[in-house]
Formats: sequence, C-alpha cells, structure tokens
Amino acid sequence: MFELLGIPPQALFGQVLLGLINGSFYAILSLGLAVIFGLLNIINFAHGAQYMMGAFVAWMALNYLGLNYWFALVLAPVVVGAVGVAIERLLLKRIAHLDHLYGLLLTFGLALIIQGLFRNQYGSSGLPYGIPPQLAGGQNLGFMFLPNYRAWVIVASLVVCLATWFLIEKTRLGAYLRAATENPTLTQAFGINVPLLVTLTYGFGVALAAFAGVLAAPVYSVNPNMGGDLIIVVFAVVVIGGMGSIMGAIVTGFALGLVEGLTKVFYPEASSTVIFVIMVLVLLVKPAGLFGRPA
Amino acid sequence: MTDLATSEAPAGAALAETDDGTARLHRAILIGIAAALVVAPFVAYPVFVMKVLCFALFALAFNLLLGYGGLLSFGHAAYFGMASYVCAYTAKNWGLTPELAILLGTAVAAGLGTVFGALAIRRQGIYFAMITLALAQMVFFFSLQTPRFTGGEDGIQAVPRGKLLGLLDLADDRALYWLVAAIFMAGLLAIYRIIHSPFGQICKAIRDNEPRAISLGYRANQYKLMVFVLSAALAGLAGATKAIVFQLASLTDVYWTMSGEVVLMTLVGGLGTVFGPIVGAIVMVTMQNYLATLGAWVTVIQGLIFVACVLLFREGIVGVIAKTIRKPL
Repeated sequence: MFELLGIPPQALFGQVLLGLINGSFYAILSLGLAVIFGLLNIINFAHGAQYMMGAFVAWMALNYLGLNYWFALVLAPVVVGAVGVAIERLLLKRIAHLDHLYGLLLTFGLALIIQGLFRNQYGSSGLPYGIPPQLAGGQNLGFMFLPNYRAWVIVASLVVCLATWFLIEKTRLGAYLRAATENPTLTQAFGINVPLLVTLTYGFGVALAAFAGVLAAPVYSVNPNMGGDLIIVVFAVVVIGGMGSIMGAIVTGFALGLVEGLTKVFYPEASSTVIFVIMVLVLLVKPAGLFGRPA
Repeated sequence: MTDLATSEAPAGAALAETDDGTARLHRAILIGIAAALVVAPFVAYPVFVMKVLCFALFALAFNLLLGYGGLLSFGHAAYFGMASYVCAYTAKNWGLTPELAILLGTAVAAGLGTVFGALAIRRQGIYFAMITLALAQMVFFFSLQTPRFTGGEDGIQAVPRGKLLGLLDLADDRALYWLVAAIFMAGLLAIYRIIHSPFGQICKAIRDNEPRAISLGYRANQYKLMVFVLSAALAGLAGATKAIVFQLASLTDVYWTMSGEVVLMTLVGGLGTVFGPIVGAIVMVTMQNYLATLGAWVTVIQGLIFVACVLLFREGIVGVIAKTIRKPL
C-alpha cells in the first residue's frame, strides 16, 4: 500500500470519512439556520438543542415504543418540527417586530431550558443507540474499509440537502418563500399567507435539525450536550459561508467537515479550532463570507 | 445596525442626559453604592459580596459594549476567563504580587480584545454576535488543550492570594474585601466617566445612527474598536480579580455558558442603564447561591428567566425604575 506523507491510507481515509460525516451535519444544520434566518431574520440558537432532541426522540421511540431507526427517521423530524411550530407561534411571533438580537436571546434561553431538562432526565453521560441491522457491516474497498452506516449518513444528508435546495429554488412553494424573504409585505399583498409560511419555515428548519440528530444518534452517543458545542461550530460555518445562498451553505458545510477531518490526520491538535481559524481568515479577506452578499 | 438598547428606548432616550437633576441623582447613587460597599462586609459574608462585585464588574463591562456601543458580544467569557488564567498562573508560578497579576491579566484581556474586536467589527448585528461567540469558543478549546498553562479540566487551583504591594497580607477575607471593593468602585467610576465623556457620546451617536455619525466625520470603526477593547479590559479586570478571590481559574470561566450568564445579568438588571448590571449581578448570583443544590435545574431556570425577560420584561429592573421616576439611571 502507498503512504502519503507517512500517514497510512487507512487512517487518512477513515478521517476523511468522519470529516465528511461531520460535514453533513454542518451542512444540514447551517442549511436550516440559513432558511430560518432568511424569512424570520433570527438566528436560531436552539438549533443545537433541537438537533439533540431529534436524537433523543429516536432513542425514546426505540426504547419506549419499540419503533426502529427507520420510523424514527420520519417520526423525529415530525415531532420536533411540531415543537418548533409551537415555539414559533407561542414565542417567536411575539418578538418578530423587535430587534433581531432579541430572537437570538430568546432562542438561547430555549436552548438552556431544553438542554437542562434533558440533562435532568437522562444525565450527561450519553445513551447508546445501535446501528440499524440493515446498515451493519461494511464494504472493503481495497484501500479502506467503508462502514455501511457512515456511507448512508453521507448519502442521506446529500439527498436531503439537495432536495431542500430543489424545494426552495425550483418549486412554486419555494418561489413564495423566496418572495416572502425578499419582501414580506408585498408578498402578502399578493394573497400569500406569509405568517403561515413563516411558521412552516421555522418548523421545517427545526425538522432538518432533528433529522440530522437521528442520523447522528448511531455515530455519536445520544447525549443532552451533543448540540451545545456543535451549534457554535455551525455558527462559524455560517459566518464563513454567508447566509445568502442555499447551495453555499451545503458546499461550505461539507467542505469544512472535510478540512476538519484532514486536520485531524495531519495536525490533530488544531482539529477543534481549524474551523474558527478559517473563519478568522475569511473575515480578513472577504468579510461578507464566501457566498454572502455584502450588506 | 439597530440595536437592543435603543429599540426598547430605556427611559433615558427622551430625556436630556446632562440635566442637573440627573447628574445629582447619579452622584447620590454612586455615593450610596460606596456607602453600601463599606457596610456590606459587616452584614454579609465577605466572599459572597466579593463574588457579587466581580460579576457586577463583569456585567458592567459587558453593558458598556452593548448598551453604549450597541454591540452584542456573545463571547465575553473569553476575556474574563483568559484574564483569570493569566492572573492565576502568574501569581502561582511566577510569584507575582496580586496587583501585578491582576494588571497583567487585564492587559492580556485588552490585547485579546483588540485582536478579536478588530475581527468582529468587520460584520454587524447578528453576525457580530456569532463571530464573538465562535472566537470565544476558540479560546475555550485553546484552554482545554494547553493543560500546561491552564491545568486542563482541573483548572489552576490553590492560587496564592499573596501580599498586596508585598506588604499587606490578603489571606484574610476582610483585607481582600477592601481591595476588591476598591477595584469594583474604580471600575464603576471609570465606566461612568467613559459613558458621560465626549467619547461616550460619540459611541452613542454611532449606536443610534452609524451612517450619520460617519457622515459627520467620525471614524465609526475606531470608536467601536475602542469601546470593545475597554469592555474586554474591564471584563478581564473582573476575571483576574475573581481568580485571586476564589484562588481558582477554571474552564467554566471561558465556556460559552459564562458568556450567556453575563448577558442574562445585564438583561435582568436593565440593558443600557448605568446601574442595571449591578442589580442584575446581585439578583443572579444570589439566585445561584440558593439554587446551587438543584444541579441542572439551574440551567432550566436561567433559560426560563431569559425567555421571560425577552418576552415580558425587556427593560429590566433598573429600566423599569428609571421609567417610573422618569430619569435615566
């Protein structure tokens, strides 16, 4: 087998794979943040907590209801999305007329509440969630061993990301959404129910986070703190990509996951900070973000 | 950008801030605070009061940036925590006297604030908050990965309180208290002076209408950076003092929850009021003391207070009082 700069290919490709998996979570989460920000003009700090809720719904469905992974994959986004709809209707709607930063503070408070409640109930040591039997095992590709589940995570995230892109950029509903993002008052004047669109958008963004949570459950253990640190990295991803473009969010997410994975191979000490360092560089060179429009 | 402090127009906005009655009232309050500082150690447990004072100074520093610079930083734990580490490390390993260790911690926080501030002010509003948060998280990971300097998960423990100027032994809580009270009062007066100086007025002008301030010839970014550095330095002063008081610097001080706590203190006390953060710090630290046994419920309660404040009580305690007596506080 060949070696690259003294790194065995097994380790290299293993980390690349893990990087791509993290990248898929970054992509789905930053996509959800961007969709929500576009229409509601708030940064959803509770996004990490909602991702964690997705993983927990999967765990609860399995342990309390006996529903397997595939049901959870549908159930968790629906349940957590419904919670999101309730949050938008009961709380966010009331502060929609205020400065956007209040939305950040409110969702930060929600994140603390959700995290605290789950930590009380389930502790912070993490709960195991098995890989679904259909996806157990892996393929030997000759140069590396590819676990089936990891391949599935990457494929599923790509499909969901591209489907979201298609929904927003190519369908009639997406056109309404883009119109409402551009000018809500005028869109409403054309007879489109913008408040409903706002609620559904928030619910959809939250559901995306929950979907990512279910995907993550077998890779990482199900833990009340799993979203807290992740969301800050996703914020950095969002700053790097800029929130102007859907495809931008997807590409940036995957690319940064990959970079993080490679850093883990070549300079492991920097792997947890590399995304922040890239953020600093992007701020210096192109403050609006790679895909952002200058304000 | 529109900002938090003015969109809710705390009572001060409509009233002339320089009228004599207000100045007299403020002077009376400052004297009242000084008097309370003298009495406090005799009626309350000194270490508790010192904790309140450290957090009150931290919240005052944060509010200087948000209330008067219009910039919401979600990463103030970085300056608080880093100053705390530097102070603890130098006092313990280099044997610096406490005043030098605190000054060094403050200076490092100011330096960090200069770098981070210059980066963060390149974006506005919500991006500013996210960038400051991300930069602070970078400091957290740095602290986590350099146990030789920070002690990793254990933190730096058993920091010697030392002798002030090499003369006055601070091991006694009462002796230390006077130092902390003096630092707090100096910080409060400095912030009060900054807010009411021409520099502070220009910062407020930029906060309220940046393009207009620029068109009047003010270099808005320089002012923003300066108020950022001042805020970071004062947050560092609070963090360094805390390291001496508790003889401990730990990862908690640089974690994002600490950044959230200082936001909450300011929100409860009253955004953009001079004295609000002090009240907020008193309320929150007292609450934490009583609820310490409840574990993770403290997080839930903090979250609930956050939500309640944003939905129902945006002016904060002092903001409501200011509105009632129709004078800016």
